[in-house]
Amino acid sequence: MATAYDIAMKHGDTEKDGGAPVVAVENLHKSFEGLKVLNGISLSVSRGETLAVLGRSGTGKSVLLRLIIGLEKPDSGSIRIHGRNIVGLALDRVGEIRKKMGFLFQHAALYDSLTVAENVAFPLEHHRRDISRSERGDRVKRLLAEVGMEGDFGKMPSDISGGMQKRVGLARALALEPEILLLDEPTAGLDPISSAEIDDLILKLQRERQMASIVVTHDLHSARIIANRLALLDQGNVVIEGAFEDLQQSDIVLVKEFLKLS
Amino acid sequence: MTTAASSATGLVNGFFEWFGNLGIFSWQVFRAAVTPPFEWRELIRQLDEVGSKSFPLVVMAGSAIGVIISLEARYSLSRFGAKSMFPATLVYSVIQVMGPIITGLVVSGRVGAGIGAELASMKVTEQIDAIEASAINPYRLLAATRILACILMLPLLTLATDACALLTGWFAQTLVEPLSFHQFIQDGFKGSTFSAFMPQTFKTAVYGLIIGLIACFQGMRTRGGAEGVGRAATNSVVLASLFLILADVVLVKFILVVFP
Ligand SMILES: Nc1ncnc2c1ncn2[C@@H]1O[C@H](COP(=O)(O)OP(=O)(O)OP(=O)(O)O)[C@@H](O)[C@H]1O
Ligand SMILES: [Mg+2]
Repeated sequence: MATAYDIAMKHGDTEKDGGAPVVAVENLHKSFEGLKVLNGISLSVSRGETLAVLGRSGTGKSVLLRLIIGLEKPDSGSIRIHGRNIVGLALDRVGEIRKKMGFLFQHAALYDSLTVAENVAFPLEHHRRDISRSERGDRVKRLLAEVGMEGDFGKMPSDISGGMQKRVGLARALALEPEILLLDEPTAGLDPISSAEIDDLILKLQRERQMASIVVTHDLHSARIIANRLALLDQGNVVIEGAFEDLQQSDIVLVKEFLKLS
Repeated sequence: MTTAASSATGLVNGFFEWFGNLGIFSWQVFRAAVTPPFEWRELIRQLDEVGSKSFPLVVMAGSAIGVIISLEARYSLSRFGAKSMFPATLVYSVIQVMGPIITGLVVSGRVGAGIGAELASMKVTEQIDAIEASAINPYRLLAATRILACILMLPLLTLATDACALLTGWFAQTLVEPLSFHQFIQDGFKGSTFSAFMPQTFKTAVYGLIIGLIACFQGMRTRGGAEGVGRAATNSVVLASLFLILADVVLVKFILVVFP
């Protein structure tokens, strides 16, 4: 685990190649039947950067990710992917952008009628007909090996544990080699060793493929390792945003409590 | 009094809202269905699914209906001394009236509930969202293929129902009054061309549309966990069966006017 942390530290120094943000949400409002969930949130991530989103249960972290990939429509505000506002875009146009995004659902959302391997192959079979069947198979194997699930190819999602489903979900999210990674609690429900492996994988992807990632997590330890910046949400707003050290130096009560209790 | 009135307006509003949403849903499915890429593999899988799930049921239902109509027809025809009309009566009742509607109701119970429950459980476990997040249009992949499979399979299943009903109907009759099957068929179809029976069989494609559309719609709009899944399955069957019978009123009239 120390290695992962070292990598993160080293990586943080070399990263700053800047450029326009890959994902930028601005002044985002979203409510459900009178319940205000997001109240003017603004956040952004650049290439090769990981933003960890923290916050208490029910603050709208999952809703934020769902908005970014267009599964929910915001009441107002803009969501820019590579500078292009996706709010109000037709489904087919959004589709083009979604191919560049990998999404891990909070509860994995694996297709329960398909095997583990078929789940990971699913995006490839729909979008990468240009590569041969055997090559697709190889890629599925490699992806499953990366998340430590190489032994469970033919199993059905209902026959593997929640943590294993999460890892398969991550492999599926990576199948199309996305530029943007949106992960909803990737290490929740995982043992410490698997968590550390997933953290290492996220760091490796960030380093090798310069992905822009937004990772929702309750795991401060993991957030500290993988993220360049952290954002703490509360009551539909960003309470604080910055490096881990910035959070440590903050006087805000909620931030202090968050750090103390984690 | 006022609560009754307000709940009545609520019901009426809900009804129109449901229809409005069904209209929007239909349009989205239609648009997805007529633009590439076409999901051939999923369509073939669904054809197999609809056909293989329903076939044993329509065989049994058709066989039972044949015997029932046979018994009833023999009894009433002999009362009017019109026993020679038996084959024609059986053929007419089965092909024009009972075969299509029985097939429609059986398939709506089996396939309607199946599609409703399957899509509803995919919806509440975010699998449909996952499809969308993978840049795949769920209306095209899930709804269009299932609806088309229902449209294509219903007439074929109706033919199976008809065949079974005629066979058992003839068999029940021949136990009492021996009559060769060949003779029975010849008498039964005498004076009517084969094409006279086509509209009644092919109208079941409309039943298929109703079953597929309503089941997909109910499934894909489901909310609220396991309870929602059960509700979607029940509603799919109830609404599909109801609309199927209502549509039949219009279809029968339409066929009488267009194919006199
Ligand atoms: N489709 C929806 N309809 C109605 N309310 C919703 C919907 N989706 C989310 N909400 C509400 O929005 C709020 C935020 O939900 P969200 O799932 O984003 O929380 P979260 O921050 O991810 O919490 P957790 O850490 O427990 O996952 C909750 O109060 C939830 O009830
Ligand atoms: Mg959540």
